[in-house]
Amino acid sequence: MTLTETTYWVVGATFAVYILIAIRSRAGTTQEFYVAGKGIHPVANGMATAADWMSAASFISMAGLIGLSYNGYGGSVFLMGWTGGYVLLAMLIAPYLRKYGKFTVPEFIGDRYYSDTARVVAVICLIICSVTYVIGQMKGIGVAFSRFLETDYETGLFSGMVIVFFYAVLGGMKGITYTQIAQFCVLIFAYTVPAIFISLQLTGQPIPQLGLGSTLADGTYLLQKLDQTLLDLGFQEYTTSVRGSTLNMAAFTASLMIGTAGLPHVIIRFFTVPTVSAARTSAGWALVFIAILYTTAPAVAAMARLNIMQTLQPEPNQHLAIEERPEWFRNWERTGLLGIDDKNGDGRIQYSADPDTNELVTLDNDILVLANPEIAQLPHWVVALVAAGGLAAALSTAAGLLLAISSAISHDLLKRTFMPHISERQELMASRVAMAGAVLGAGYLGLNPPGFAAGTVALAFGLAASSLFPALFLGIFSKRVTREGAILGMLAGLGVTLAYVFQHKGIMFIPGTGFLGDMPPNWFLGIEPNAFGVVGALVNFAVTLALTYMTAPPPAAVQQLVEEIRVPVSLKSR
Amino acid sequence: MQPEELEALRETYWRENRRWMLILGTVWFLVSLGCGVLWVEPLNDFQLGGFKLGFWFAQQGAIYVFIILIFVYARLMARLEKRLSLEELGE
Repeated sequence: MTLTETTYWVVGATFAVYILIAIRSRAGTTQEFYVAGKGIHPVANGMATAADWMSAASFISMAGLIGLSYNGYGGSVFLMGWTGGYVLLAMLIAPYLRKYGKFTVPEFIGDRYYSDTARVVAVICLIICSVTYVIGQMKGIGVAFSRFLETDYETGLFSGMVIVFFYAVLGGMKGITYTQIAQFCVLIFAYTVPAIFISLQLTGQPIPQLGLGSTLADGTYLLQKLDQTLLDLGFQEYTTSVRGSTLNMAAFTASLMIGTAGLPHVIIRFFTVPTVSAARTSAGWALVFIAILYTTAPAVAAMARLNIMQTLQPEPNQHLAIEERPEWFRNWERTGLLGIDDKNGDGRIQYSADPDTNELVTLDNDILVLANPEIAQLPHWVVALVAAGGLAAALSTAAGLLLAISSAISHDLLKRTFMPHISERQELMASRVAMAGAVLGAGYLGLNPPGFAAGTVALAFGLAASSLFPALFLGIFSKRVTREGAILGMLAGLGVTLAYVFQHKGIMFIPGTGFLGDMPPNWFLGIEPNAFGVVGALVNFAVTLALTYMTAPPPAAVQQLVEEIRVPVSLKSR
Repeated sequence: MQPEELEALRETYWRENRRWMLILGTVWFLVSLGCGVLWVEPLNDFQLGGFKLGFWFAQQGAIYVFIILIFVYARLMARLEKRLSLEELGE
C-alpha cells in the first residue's frame, strides 16, 4: 500500500468511530445538550478536557515553536503557561462554578452580577475569544487534509465540517464528550509513538522525557551537543536563550496561565461531572493527560532539531550535497515547509544563523512534528497515525469551542435575555440551530480566513485573561464586588489588551495601521503584545475594585448565592 | 442546626480552604515563575542528569509539580469536607 492509501485507511477508520459514537449519543434534553447530563466520570472528563484543550496548535506547531522559533528555553512559556492554568482552574474556578450548577459561563456572570448587561458583555467576551480560536482549528483541519491526504484545502475543510456537524448538532455536549475521549486516545498515541522511536534512535532511552537528559551514542549529553551545534552555527545556546527579557517571559507565562483558567470552553467541561469534588479531581486528571503530550513536546523539539542539523551537517564543516538530500526532504519541499537556496553555488546546503549565508531559507515550525516519522524512517502506518492525530486534535478543540459559542447564543442570549418564555423543547431546537450556524460560520471563516487570523490564537488567551478571569474570580471570592465594577472592569481589561495589540500589530491586524510599530523598543516595559493579558487583567482588577467601593453593595440574594457556591453541599436543609 | 452554627461551619470551611489555596498557590508560583523564570540562571549551575536544573524546571519539573498540587488539594479538601460532614452524596 502506498503512504497515501494507508493514511486514507487510518483516518477513515477514526472518522467511522466518531460517527458511530455520534449516532449512539444523541441528546434528548437541554441538560444533555449543554452539560452531558452531569454524569461524566471525572477520569473520562479529564480525557475529554485534554482533547478539548490540546488543539491543532499544540499537536502540530508547539514542538516547532519551542525548538525553532523560541530556540529552546524561551519556549518554556508555552509549556508552563498552558499547564499551570489548570492549578488555578482546580483551586479558584471549577469547583465553585460546578456547585453553581447551571449551563454556561456568561450565565454565572449574569446571575452573580445581577444584570443582563453583565451577561451580554460576558457573551461578547466569550465570542471574541472563541471565534478567534476556532478559525485556527478550521485552518488546521484543512491543512492536515491537504498535506496528508493530498486533497485540496477546501475539500479537507468541508470533510471536517461534516464530521463535526454530525456529532455536535446531534449530541451536543454528550456527543462531543464521548468523541473527545476517542480523539484523545488517537492523538496521544499518534504523538508519543514517533517520539519514543526518535528517542530510542538518538539516546537508546525509550521514554522521551528521560531521553532528553540522556547521552548520545558518542557519550555526550544530548542537550550539550545541541547547545554546541547551535553555537557553532551562530545561534544562541538552546538551554538558556531567553525570549525577550525575564520580565517578558514571566508576563507571557502568567498571561497564558490566567487565560487558561478563564477560557469558557475549558470551564464548561467541568460542568459535566456529578459533584464538586469530582470537578477538582477531574482537573487533576485532565492535567495528567495533557502532561503526557506537554512533557513529550520539549523532547521532540530538541531531538528533531538536532536530527535536522545532523542531516544537513553530519560532521563539522561537512555540508550535505543538494543532490544527496533524502526523500523526505524533497517531499516537504513540495509543500513549501522546507526551502533551499544555494546562495554560494557550491551544490551544498549551509545552515546558519546568519540570514546572508543561510541556505535553508524555509524551515517551518510544523516540520518538527510532521516530518518526524519520516526523518526517523518509521513505517507508513506511523506517518498515517500522525495525520489522524492532528485531525483529532483540531476536530476535538473545534467542537468544544463551537459548543461554547452556540450555548452562549441559544441559552444566554435567547433563553435568559431576549426570549425567556420559550419551552425546553424549543430551546433544544434553538441550540441545535445555533450549533449548525456556528459550524457553518466557522467553516466560512476557515475558507476565507480574515487577515488577522494567524496572530490571534495567542490573543484569545490575553482576552480571556483580561476580561473573563477577573470577573469570575472576584465573583466567587468577594461578596462585595458590584455589577458596575464588574462590567466596567471587563470592558477596561478587554479594551486595554486589544488597544495594546492593535497599536503594535495594526488595527484589526491590518498591516500599516499600527501606530507604534511592531518593534521591541516600543513595547511597554519590553512586554510583547501576546504577553499583555496579565497587564489587562491587573487593569480589570483595579477598575472593578475602585468602582465597587463607589457603588452600593449587591442585593442580599446575590450575597447568599456567593455563600452557597462556596460550600460543596446545600446547607439550607440542615 | 442553628443559624449561628451553620454560619460558623461555613466560616471554618472557607477559612481552611483559603489557607490551603494560599500554601499550594505559593508552591505553584515558586516552581513555575520562580524556578522556571526568575531564578533560572543560578539554578542552571546545577546539573540533573543531562539537564541544567533551571531548564528542567521550566520544561518538565514545573508540570509534574502542578499535577501533584491539584491532587494534593483535592485530597485535602475531601478530608476537610469529611471532617465537617460536608460531603456530597452525588446527584
